[in-house]
Amino acid sequence: MKISPSLFTRSTKDGSPGLEFILPSLVLISLIGLPIVALIWRSLNADIFTHSISESVANALKLSLITSTFSVTISLLAGTPLAYIQAHWKFHGKALLDLLVDLPVVLPPSVAGIALLLAFGREGLFGTWLNRIGITLPFTTVAVVMAQVFVSAPLLVRSARVGFAAIDPQMEEAAKVEGASNWNVFRLIMLPIAARALLTGVILSWTRALGEFGATLLFAGNLEGKTQTMPLAIYIGFEQGLGIALVLSMILLAVSLLLLILLRRLELQSHH
Amino acid sequence: MTKSFVFIGLSLILTMTACTDTARDGPSTRYPEPIASLVVPAGHPTAISQERTLTVFAAASLTGAFREIGMGFESTYPGVSVNFNFAGSQILRAQIEQGAVADVFASADHNNMDVLFPDELIVVDSYRDFTTNRLTVILPPGNPGNVQDLGDLAKANLKLVLADSSVPAGNYARQIFTKMSMDPVYGVDFMTKVLANIVSNETDVKQVVTKVELGEADAGIVYVSDSITARDHLTISIPENFNIVASYPIAILTTALEPDLAVAFVDYVISPTGQAVLSKWGFSPMID
Repeated sequence: MKISPSLFTRSTKDGSPGLEFILPSLVLISLIGLPIVALIWRSLNADIFTHSISESVANALKLSLITSTFSVTISLLAGTPLAYIQAHWKFHGKALLDLLVDLPVVLPPSVAGIALLLAFGREGLFGTWLNRIGITLPFTTVAVVMAQVFVSAPLLVRSARVGFAAIDPQMEEAAKVEGASNWNVFRLIMLPIAARALLTGVILSWTRALGEFGATLLFAGNLEGKTQTMPLAIYIGFEQGLGIALVLSMILLAVSLLLLILLRRLELQSHH
Repeated sequence: MTKSFVFIGLSLILTMTACTDTARDGPSTRYPEPIASLVVPAGHPTAISQERTLTVFAAASLTGAFREIGMGFESTYPGVSVNFNFAGSQILRAQIEQGAVADVFASADHNNMDVLFPDELIVVDSYRDFTTNRLTVILPPGNPGNVQDLGDLAKANLKLVLADSSVPAGNYARQIFTKMSMDPVYGVDFMTKVLANIVSNETDVKQVVTKVELGEADAGIVYVSDSITARDHLTISIPENFNIVASYPIAILTTALEPDLAVAFVDYVISPTGQAVLSKWGFSPMID
């Protein structure tokens, strides 16, 4: 661990070691750090490789990768235009729309799961109608993707919205005066400028989709190879001698760290 | 700004204290001294005036019955509050193995209790069975899967929800299918066909009930006690020769913070009062 020199010199100059800052911080650092250390420690000491090749681990990993990729693609295709509308259009009920789109960010996933079930379940508000034309959503991989999009897309939309909002409206006006169509303004000017914000949104929503648990369990159920994603397999595997849960936890930890480092890179670039 | 927060905080604390005070004083005036003295060790007359908390880990299927037993226990022993942790027995067992602190553990099967023996996590003398349960098929209102008998569980495209095989109820359901497969009426491939119909392995038996109640699944296998508490549903009973009698064991944990209260709680569960509550919630008495 490296202490930045500026911090160090400031605290010695005052004559106080800055303990009133360090001690409370240590509480939080240990609360977050110790479980991560313990997780890595136990994994290193467990016979992790006997489990790593197990079929359920492979199935959960594959399903998580496929569903989260679909989720992020859908979020990107539908969320980018939505973010653009929110950032650049003025209309009645905009505040309400903003509220609705941001809601899943703060909503507990279990509430999301019940809401999805009550809307799209076989006996749900719209599900009964879907069922009549032969579409049943609960307990399917589609339901997993729906749950993931519900909880993760708003993160992408929020990030993209900030990106679009930062663009000077005069630039848009100028392009339109020159005769550019709405679509071309969006495609040739807005998208390239907001690209970094979009990428940040993609990473944020991808991590959220990969980690989705509560809504999936309630809406999609738990069946290996079909709806059992990594977080579900970790929960189910927890009582089977920890091995499977540990392997999957390590994989998710590694992926999360990787995505976080990517995110940091993006943030650093945007500051220069 | 800060001042108003402090004020709100203080008034919250005051309200909460006021509530606990009335809760403590209320029952104690109603119950005679002899009962209270059961839990108070001799020479510690002040012990009763302290708030004591008993932590009970109980199988999800016991939720309704144990909540009622807990309320009865609390009113019998004023000043005591019972905290429950209801979940699949396998999850509770894993939590205990990982160091969760509890006084009493009530499991829906012996497997999840017995594995705690070698690590000396339960008091061996306290281990006893206290009730039994059987399994039944539940169907949502309207019977969308048109399930008429047990054999229909194997028909193509039926949406069947079970508890995961690591959950006692899920394990029992699979044992029932194994028994049925050995009967020529259902045939050897019955098990394979039924397992192919599973659309979800739920993490505890109450989740199975919910999925069927909501009409998302065509059928589910749960305890008879669950089918009694479920709101809207139909049932198909499973004959004795295929059914499983699930014995529920209860034990005191070696790490118990309130060992004497734990003993009193187990006694209460075994007592006629406790057994009557269990029977009301669909459990059957022990078979000797």
